Amino acid sequence: MRFVLALALALLPSLAGAVQPDEILKDSALESRARDISSELRCLVCQNQSIDDSDAALARDLRLIVRERLQAGDSDSQVRAFVVARYGDFILLKPPFKMETLLLWLAPGMVLLGGAGALVLFARRRRAPAAPEQLSANEAAKLAALLKDENAR
Amino acid sequence: MIVEIGHYALVLALALAIVQGVVPLAGALRRDVALMAMARPAAVMQFLLVGISFGALTYAYVVSDFSVVNVFENSHSLKPLVYKFSGVWGNHEGSMLLWVLILALFGATVAVFSHGMPDDLRALVLAVQSWIAAAFLFFVLLTSNPFARLIPAPLEGRDLNPLLQDPGLAIHPPLLYVGYVGFSITFSFAAAALISGRIDAAWARYVRPWTLAAWIFLTLGIAMGSYWAYYTLGWGGFWFWDPVENASLMPWLAGTALLHSAAVMEKRDALKIWTIFLAILAFSLSLLGTFLVRSGVLTSVHSFATDPQRGVFILAILVFFIGGSLALFAFRASALKPGGIFAPVSREGALVLNNLLLTTCCATVFVGTLYPLALEAMTGEKISVGAPFFNLTFGPLFIPIILAMPIGQMLAWKRGDFFGAAQRLVLATAIGAGGALVLYALRGGPVAAPLLSGLALYLIIGSFVEIAGRIGGRGKSLSVIIARAIGLPRSAWGTAFAHAGIGLTLFGLAATGWGVERVITARVGEPIAVGPYEVSIRSLEPRLGSNYQELVAHTSISEGGAVLAEIDPSRRSFTTRSMVRTEAGIATIGMGQVYMNLADVRADGTLDLRLYWKPYVALIWIGALIMALGGFLSLSDRRLRIGIAKRAAARASVSGQAQAAE
Repeated sequence: MRFVLALALALLPSLAGAVQPDEILKDSALESRARDISSELRCLVCQNQSIDDSDAALARDLRLIVRERLQAGDSDSQVRAFVVARYGDFILLKPPFKMETLLLWLAPGMVLLGGAGALVLFARRRRAPAAPEQLSANEAAKLAALLKDENAR
Repeated sequence: MIVEIGHYALVLALALAIVQGVVPLAGALRRDVALMAMARPAAVMQFLLVGISFGALTYAYVVSDFSVVNVFENSHSLKPLVYKFSGVWGNHEGSMLLWVLILALFGATVAVFSHGMPDDLRALVLAVQSWIAAAFLFFVLLTSNPFARLIPAPLEGRDLNPLLQDPGLAIHPPLLYVGYVGFSITFSFAAAALISGRIDAAWARYVRPWTLAAWIFLTLGIAMGSYWAYYTLGWGGFWFWDPVENASLMPWLAGTALLHSAAVMEKRDALKIWTIFLAILAFSLSLLGTFLVRSGVLTSVHSFATDPQRGVFILAILVFFIGGSLALFAFRASALKPGGIFAPVSREGALVLNNLLLTTCCATVFVGTLYPLALEAMTGEKISVGAPFFNLTFGPLFIPIILAMPIGQMLAWKRGDFFGAAQRLVLATAIGAGGALVLYALRGGPVAAPLLSGLALYLIIGSFVEIAGRIGGRGKSLSVIIARAIGLPRSAWGTAFAHAGIGLTLFGLAATGWGVERVITARVGEPIAVGPYEVSIRSLEPRLGSNYQELVAHTSISEGGAVLAEIDPSRRSFTTRSMVRTEAGIATIGMGQVYMNLADVRADGTLDLRLYWKPYVALIWIGALIMALGGFLSLSDRRLRIGIAKRAAARASVSGQAQAAE
């Protein structure tokens, strides 16, 4: 009896589901393409997961759609275009490169170059006043006297 | 009654924090020793009061006092005792109380362990620390009171979210918070230095142990969180570039940069402005992380119940402290005199490069995390920035850091010899390149896997080359080598271990490319091949836990007929919240792991399984432990134990005088 109960409880939908065995395509090349694509698509009803990781029903539907399109002979980018046409750019975990995301994609390079540039400028500015000042005639005479003194000893 | 005492203690702590924020500050500005002296006992007392408050809430959890709303919403009388303790911070109110407790703990620690620190510096540090404490105590009391009562008291609680009923909850948040909040001390030091205007190498020396301590705990906290996700979520993912993970990674990156620039400031009196800025930045990012997690502006798997009012409050705290400190910074920074001069190729130069790359990494994570939010606010357009973006941008930035790490260790201060350093790394480079080729020949896999593991080998070996040069040498006997190894400053060992730890983690990450995944439907007794092993479920057994029921699959893992390990993956059903959670079965073989998850049980008795062979995966977290070990070694370096070194010196000089007198 307890076993039956535990089994019944175990049949409740699980938190961890992700790809289920019946979804997997027989063609392993196609399947691995499907996995790659679905790891870059966002599960729209989840917090922050790809459809490949999610157990939500919607994620499963999307995984099946991806596989259907692939079996129908679509290329990877055609599959992506298909889901983007339906759900918008929000579904892409890797945002497309366009006007709105220009700053996002260029930010790392800009920070790196900006930082490096600032360092070079800073180093130059510091080196300039570091040049030794010339001794005045008075000081030079004093120094010569001191050195002569030193050598004589 | 005890609950009310806890509440009252919290209010007292707030009052005291305000006093502690004002009086020692006035003392430091007026050079009044008596006013400054108030800081130490106040800081200790503040910690005791918050401690009493925290103890009272813990008590309410342990005795299951459901007349407290917080306990009712997050606990259950049948919950195992360990989760009654850790459940205290498994919710918003309790976790904020833990935050404040750790904040007060750091203040008290500075008060107790600050012999030899100038009085005014200590007074200022404790005053600033107390402003932060006051702000967060206000926040807890006004928006997140954990002591609110519920009348009439319900008979039973709603139980803790089953996902949180895990030893991970007992360890991960405290470690992470000690790390996060630890940077409050470096922030307070920076603010104190800016207020007093005295920013020198001695300051860097005072602040370094605190930075190190915070960094160690943050490292451990992040690693622990990642391992928790790995074994809980059921498919072995350990890092998702989730906003909340990013929120903890940003202070880690800034803190790592800070550790390195503070080293330059301590040794060479250079990079002062930058170091102060990083100290402010590290804590600002901690605050930002708190804001992101607590306000719910970003969707994340970590959000507890969120409330916009709380978000606005934390945002106000954030603006006040970041804005205030940056204004102070702008006001004072121009007065700072640049210190020691150095050539581009030198230890300092390498550390500057480290700082440039780490801050760029940090900025990348920052932009990637907040860009969707900003874009939506400005144009209404929704985009997602997920793992693929970060892998593409963060990855390439981190590779030069790894390449430069062993070289930097080898360069001398002021002016280094790049070609000499490169020459001494020939062996490490050869092992890295050779290792990559051998691994590619043996395991194949995606090209990134052997390349990155080769890079990891180069870093692991390269981390110890400098030390090897200092202790070894031609014709040296073993006893000399050992004596020299013991005589080396611990911080040198610390650097080597911390760098090698990064190498180990990188190796573990690279090796995920060789992982094997099988998603299948199987029956009891059916053998399943996973990588080099054979997995077979021997039997199913229903079991009863204290607040759940579970179905366990007793499973054995064998290789060539010999059983190597037994695992018990299960599916747990939590009755109160009618939720099911899977417990993965994990067997560690060598440094790799066989990972099995019971994804589903079908009515016909077949099981949906997710099975993985993850070679070297344990190195990811072992690497983090080694990094933390490096931190501890550095922390135990005698030059950081200022008081002790001073006392020893005093004793030596006293005995010297005594001898002279004889």
